[in-house]
Amino acid sequence: MTESNERRVVSVIVINEASVLSRITNLFSGRGYNITSLTVAPIPDTKYSRLTIVTAGSVRVIEQITKQLHKLVPVLRVYEHCDMVEKEMALVKFPVTENLTDIDTLCRAYNGKIVNSSENVVIAMVADEPQRVDNFLTVIKRYNPKEIVRSGAVALER
Amino acid sequence: MQISGAQMVIEAFIAEGVTTVFGYPGGAIMNVYDEIYKQDGFEHILTRHEQAAVHAAEGYAKASGKVGVAMITSGPGFTNAVTGLADAYMDSIPLVVISGQVPMSLIGTDGFQEIDAIGISRPCTKHNYLVTDAKDLPRILKEAFYIANSGRPGPVHVDIPKDVTAQIEEFNYDIELDLETYKPHIKGNPRQIKKAMEAIAKARRPLFYLGGGIINSNAAYEVRELVQKTQIPAVETFMARGVLSYDDPMLISMLGMHGSYAANMAMSETDLVIALGARFDDRVTGKLSEFAKGADIIHVDIDPASISKLVNADYPIVGDVKSVVEDMLESVNLVDSTRYEGWRETIANFDELHPLMYHEDSERIKPQWVIERVGQLLGDDANISTDVGQHQMWAAQFYPFSRPRQWISSGGLGTMGFGFPAAMGVKVAAPEKVSINFTGDGSILMNVQELMTAVEKKIPVINIILNNNYLGMVRQWQTLFYDKRHSETDLSVQPDFVKLSEAFGGIGYRVTTKEEFDAALKDAVEKNVVAFIEVMVERHENVMPMVPAGGSLFNMMLLEKKETK
Ligand SMILES: Cc1cc2nc3c(=O)[nH]c(=O)nc-3n(C[C@H](O)[C@H](O)[C@H](O)COP(=O)(O)OP(=O)(O)OC[C@H]3O[C@@H](n4cnc5c(N)ncnc54)[C@H](O)[C@@H]3O)c2cc1C
Ligand SMILES: Cc1ncc(C[n+]2csc(CCOP(=O)(O)OP(=O)(O)O)c2C)c(N)n1
Ligand SMILES: [Mg+2]
Repeated sequence: MTESNERRVVSVIVINEASVLSRITNLFSGRGYNITSLTVAPIPDTKYSRLTIVTAGSVRVIEQITKQLHKLVPVLRVYEHCDMVEKEMALVKFPVTENLTDIDTLCRAYNGKIVNSSENVVIAMVADEPQRVDNFLTVIKRYNPKEIVRSGAVALER
Repeated sequence: MQISGAQMVIEAFIAEGVTTVFGYPGGAIMNVYDEIYKQDGFEHILTRHEQAAVHAAEGYAKASGKVGVAMITSGPGFTNAVTGLADAYMDSIPLVVISGQVPMSLIGTDGFQEIDAIGISRPCTKHNYLVTDAKDLPRILKEAFYIANSGRPGPVHVDIPKDVTAQIEEFNYDIELDLETYKPHIKGNPRQIKKAMEAIAKARRPLFYLGGGIINSNAAYEVRELVQKTQIPAVETFMARGVLSYDDPMLISMLGMHGSYAANMAMSETDLVIALGARFDDRVTGKLSEFAKGADIIHVDIDPASISKLVNADYPIVGDVKSVVEDMLESVNLVDSTRYEGWRETIANFDELHPLMYHEDSERIKPQWVIERVGQLLGDDANISTDVGQHQMWAAQFYPFSRPRQWISSGGLGTMGFGFPAAMGVKVAAPEKVSINFTGDGSILMNVQELMTAVEKKIPVINIILNNNYLGMVRQWQTLFYDKRHSETDLSVQPDFVKLSEAFGGIGYRVTTKEEFDAALKDAVEKNVVAFIEVMVERHENVMPMVPAGGSLFNMMLLEKKETK
């Protein structure tokens, strides 16, 4: 059996109720699974929320994670994605003194643009596959980014 | 009907058929205790420690199959109860545990006796609730009882702030539960079951691996029928003792770390494991990569997360073991029971080579003799609880269990202090049987205050203390694996156990010979009050055979051979 640590994206539909998020994060920490990123928001016009969890583990670990998640009483459904559309957003703050044309061009290549500017800084936004967001963040290093925030991934099965 | 939250708790208990509540009062739960005072629908038993209240509820649940109920106050009352919750969680015991909480307005302020109870209980309960509005209370209580005793059973904790127990609302318990996110799977997939039966029919050396899930599911008699009809040998886990009767010719013994040689060899040689409600615990499997190597695995479990968690299942069947075994019986004629004759013989030879036994080679009584003797004298008439340690393993190995729910012991958490309060719960659930607690000189002191409860409520538990003046199980590991450095395990300094029991109003015996033991047990059964029978046993006896932690099942340390019996 191979114990390779594969990256995996799991979506969880839960009932919106107090402490449901801590049930899920407790499960991960208590059983020694890791969370690379986690996003959560209510599903419009329902009593549910949807979490997208990026994690890593062997096939067996991922199988246990989905089963253990499913066992939690407020969990309605667990999807372990194989064929999905996955996106992540990043916001980056640059000094206005950097080459804004270059930055803008780069952002556009990654589904983004400059979304805000003030006296000293501009804020750029990109939204793309997490892997491509990684690339973007490497490329823009030379423009002295002041602050970076990533949203964590969201995913939908095709 | 407009009633307070506290009254709702009482009404819900009565509607659920609760007859006994084990508990301990305090500030935050006082509203409920006030209602307990006024009612006569159930009995409340005041234990002398909250941990004991939960263990007593566990014993009650295990012996009766009903949900055990415990009640405690906030803060220290709750934290004292946590060990019991964890114990019930590990062993899949259905409980509803109600705790008081500080009023809503004080939550989050570090109020007096405030602790984040549901934060603490979350990892050691099947589910838990903080009730923030008495309007939700009927539904939550109904869900709590349902969740506790359906699917894979487990403890459910309900934390109720004091103002919620005072709040007056409409009470209606006739609610249809609609838990769309919680739907235990009962019926096994018929095609998988058929395939499993075909695999059994084709196997040469199949082996039943029987687990505690059979007891949970009340399926022991169906399993007995399946075993009888197929004539396939069976091993039991520690939690499954009593599924088959000790004298069933197909029963090899317990397997695992302290399982018999034949049971462990059978598991090592089998070509098809038929796991029914067992969870491949590390105490059972030893080294995983060598466990049942070469065998296919049929795994029936109600909890999908138990299947292929540790050992990959070739025939996974999610469902209630009772329902699945009933379905298996439908096609049992596929199986030719004469086919396994050679296999049964092989196992009989294993057993002859290294039977489960001990040597009578000491001046002092051997602890195993005590277990066997109680088996001879009381047998089916006793329910057997234990504490944790060597005495527990000897009880599992040597007691002649004849029925399910006769055996009550802390397997998953291994909680010293479990035995005495659990045996009280057992006695309350099954008053017609003698309630024995086999305990150690270490363990008994961990809930010894329950003498008071047993005296007050006339719960005649007989505690048989196998006194080896050691934390024996730890001493054994030190002897075997730590070069005999007996660090902090010598219990030479001891209380006078007879006087201790008498100080509370119980009775006590100190026994050094077999004749004295017989007389003490007979007397204790007749007197029908809580008793300590302290048996001075051989100090250096080890539990054998033994698979060292992480070792392979076929690589056991065995009892030395001797000429004498
Ligand atoms: C000092 C010490 C030594 C020990 N040594 C041993 C040893 O040598 N051998 C041994 O066996 N144990 C030993 N144990 C006990 C061990 O730790 C485990 O508690 C035990 O092996 C688990 O038994 P089980 O697999 O039957 O599972 P249980 O804990 O009884 O779990 C039951 C399983 O059945 C499932 N289930 C529940 N209800 C149903 C249902 N209705 N239908 C279908 N499935 C259901 C559950 O999902 C679960 O997977 C020892 C414990 C201690 C403290
Ligand atoms: C609460 C708790 N603390 C510690 C342990 C570790 N432990 C397991 S067995 C044992 C010794 C038990 O001694 P005793 O009750 O005298 O039983 P014996 O093994 O001597 O029969 C200990 C300390 C435990 N299981 N539970
Ligand atoms: Mg001892």
